[in-house]
Amino acid sequence: MNEQEQSALIELIYQLGDDDFILAYRGSEWLGLAPHIEEDVAFSSISQDMMGHAAMYYHLLEELGEGEADGLAHLRKPEAFRNAILLEKVNGSGTYLKKPDYDWAFTVVRNYFYAVYKQIRLESLRLSSYEPLADAARKIITEQYYHLMHWELWFKQLVTSTEEAKKRMLSAVGKAWKDFGGVLTLGPSYSEMVKGGFIEDENLLKKRWLNRIEKMFVETGVPPQGEPLIESGNGRKGEHTQDLADALTTLSEVYATNPASGW
Amino acid sequence: MEAVLQSMNLKEKVLLALKEVTDPEISSISILDLGMVEDVEATDGSVVIKALPTFVGCPALHIIERDIKKAASEVDGVKEVKVDFVFSPSWTTDRITEEGKIRLKEFGIAPPPANHVMGEPWSIDCPYCGSSYVTMENIFGPTACRSILYCKSCKNPFEAMKPVADMN
Repeated sequence: MNEQEQSALIELIYQLGDDDFILAYRGSEWLGLAPHIEEDVAFSSISQDMMGHAAMYYHLLEELGEGEADGLAHLRKPEAFRNAILLEKVNGSGTYLKKPDYDWAFTVVRNYFYAVYKQIRLESLRLSSYEPLADAARKIITEQYYHLMHWELWFKQLVTSTEEAKKRMLSAVGKAWKDFGGVLTLGPSYSEMVKGGFIEDENLLKKRWLNRIEKMFVETGVPPQGEPLIESGNGRKGEHTQDLADALTTLSEVYATNPASGW
Repeated sequence: MEAVLQSMNLKEKVLLALKEVTDPEISSISILDLGMVEDVEATDGSVVIKALPTFVGCPALHIIERDIKKAASEVDGVKEVKVDFVFSPSWTTDRITEEGKIRLKEFGIAPPPANHVMGEPWSIDCPYCGSSYVTMENIFGPTACRSILYCKSCKNPFEAMKPVADMN
C-alpha cells in the first residue's frame, strides 16, 4: 500500500468510527426517556453495541499509527471528526438533564436511514482489501443485523400509524433527507479509497441505499424525496456544527479531567 | 492428580486453569464453554491466549482479560501472559459447547439454537419447564448477548442467548 492509499484508508476508518461514535452518543442521551421501558432496554443495548463498533475502528486506527484509541475518541478537536453532520445533530431541544424535548420521529428516521446505509457499507467492507477492516466488518454485521431489524420495524409501524404519527414521520423524513447526502459521501479522498480496494464506489453504495429506501417508501406510502442533499455542510471535510462541539465537551468531560479513567 | 498434572504440557495446564474463568455476567459458564478461547500458545513459560469477543461492545471484556491473566499466571511454569482479542474467526453462538448449553440453562438462560441461519425464525424452549409455548418480549435484553422472553406454560419470564451466526 503506498502512502496516498494509506492516508485514504485512515480517512475512511475515521468516517466509519466517527459515524458510529456520535450516533451512539445521541442514542445514549435517550436513556430513561424512550417511549417505553422495552425501548429503553433495546435502544441502550443498540447504542452500547455501536459505541463498541466505534472503539473497534479506533483500535484499527491505533494500529495504523494514529495514536491511542481512547485519545482518538476523547481528545480530538471537532474539526478532526469525519462523521456526517446529520448524525451529530441534537435529538431535539433541551438536554437529557434539563427539559429534554426530544423528537422520537426524527430519531427513528435517522437511525433507520443510517442502519440501512451501515448494512450496505459493511457488506462492501467485508470484501475490503485491508484484511483487518474486512474482519471488523464481518464481526460488526452480525450485530448490525438486529439493529436494522429494530429500526425498520419502528419506521414501518410509525409511518403507517395515526395521522399525527404519519405527519411527524414525514416531517422527519424531510429533515433527514436534507443532510443524508452527507452520510452517503466518502469525502475528498474517495477515489483513492476505491483505488486501494478498501470500499466500493460511493455512487454504487448510494444507489443501493436509494433502492432500498425507495422500496420502503412505496410500501408505506411515503412520497419520493428526490436527491438526498448536503445542506448543513460536509462532515467528511471536517465541517461541523456547534452540536458536535457541545456533544464532545460533554462526552470527554471525565476523560479530560482524568485521562487514567477508562471508558 | 499430581502425576496427571506432571504429565501435562504447559498449554494443557493453562487450558485446565481457564476452565475456572467464568463469564462475569453469567457466572455458571466458563469462557471455554462459551467458545471464547480460540488458541493458546505456550513457549518457554510465555503464554499468548487468543480470545474472541462475543459482542464487540461487551463491557465485560476488560474483566475477562484480567481474569484470564490471573488464572494463567498462577499455573506452574508460566512467566508471562498476554491476551489478544481477535475478530477472525468471528465468534458465533455455535461455538458454545454442549456442557455450556447446560450451564446457561442453569442460570435461567435458554441456549441459542444450533446451526441457526440469520434471518430465519428460531424456536426457543423455556429453560425452566422446557415448553416451546413462549413469546419474545424484547429481542434486546439486559446485556448485548441476551433477549427477554416469557413462558406461557410455566408463567416465568426468562432470557435467551441471541443467535449469532456467520453471515458470509
